[in-house]
Amino acid sequence: MAKIKGAIVIDIERCKGCELCVDACPTDVIGMEKKVNSKGYHYAAMEHPENCTGCVNCALVCPDAVITVYRKKFED
Amino acid sequence: MEKENLRLDEIIREENIVFKKTPLLTDKVFSYCPGCGHGVVHRVIMEVIDELGIQSETIGISPVGCSVFAYDFMNIDMQQAAHGRAPAVATGIKRCWPDKYVFTYQGDGDLAAIGTSETIHACNRGEHIAIFFINNGIYGMTGGQMAPTTLPGMKSSTTPYGRDTRLMGNPIKITELVATLPGTYFVTRQSVHTAVNVRKLKKAAKMAFENQKLKKGLSFIEVVSNCNSGWKMSPIQANRWMEENMLPFYPIGDIKINGNFVKRN
Ligand SMILES: Cc1ncc(C[n+]2csc(CCOP(=O)(O)OP(=O)(O)O)c2C)c(N)n1
Ligand code: SF4
Repeated sequence: MAKIKGAIVIDIERCKGCELCVDACPTDVIGMEKKVNSKGYHYAAMEHPENCTGCVNCALVCPDAVITVYRKKFED
Repeated sequence: MEKENLRLDEIIREENIVFKKTPLLTDKVFSYCPGCGHGVVHRVIMEVIDELGIQSETIGISPVGCSVFAYDFMNIDMQQAAHGRAPAVATGIKRCWPDKYVFTYQGDGDLAAIGTSETIHACNRGEHIAIFFINNGIYGMTGGQMAPTTLPGMKSSTTPYGRDTRLMGNPIKITELVATLPGTYFVTRQSVHTAVNVRKLKKAAKMAFENQKLKKGLSFIEVVSNCNSGWKMSPIQANRWMEENMLPFYPIGDIKINGNFVKRN
């Protein structure tokens, strides 16, 4: 069966840690990193990458356009 | 886990990109507070201009308010206007360049307080421009003072006990007001607090730019947004508060399309 898998890449230095993407993700992929970026913000990171479907919700609500979303269909 | 990592390498490749930051936003980091709606609206407008392929034909007017530096973030021709005067400046530019796409980007303090007159007259004259109106219920930039849009009972730095309508009057629903003017061709209210709403705003923004080709009047797009710093909430709390308090008073939806009122239940 074909399976859609997604992934996100976060521009860590531009992330302001607002957490809106964490709230917007329907499959709880995103969490906040304990580490901080050079501005002192805890940045978003993929906590459960296996759940990502590449639905783009997180990127749509991100006020700083720091999220790039990828999606690929796997046949297995 | 190793298998998952292997998969990530396969997924994170140029050819699998389904969303990335539009090149019509510059590399400057937004000056907005974390979680502020301004950034989303900037991005949506730039995505629409990118998709319509009108980057070199579009002129934007930035206001006074937190979004005063919109000209630094939007990779198009921009002009900054004095407080509240963006619709007047846009009028001048559009009349000199009738085939350019012209829009203003304004907060509620800019558009509905000091600029009320310019707003109403530009709408009434039916200038063939688009107005993006970001309503966060207060003056964000200057420290969260009451705006004409502040809800009854809503706390702000100048209404610490809540807006008393007997003393301060009622909030103005400027969007409903301009819809009554024959000069407006498209009037809508949107928000950016969920992915679905962002998609709807994008559709509306596209329509606002496409309408300019028809030269049939002004497109007015209100975006109900948060000012989490001014409201003294976290971004997530602010969006919830907005949903529970702002949206019942400022309901989302189209008010006027193609010059005709939309029937609402
Ligand atoms: C002529 C003039 N009067 C007053 C001000 C002070 N001032 C700067 S921004 C602002 C209000 C901005 O609020 P709003 O338009 O709601 O935008 P926001 O910052 O909330 O995005 C005011 C009153 C000014 N800069 N110029
Ligand atoms: S003060 Fe309010 S409107 Fe201004 S950037 Fe911060 S959150 Fe946005």
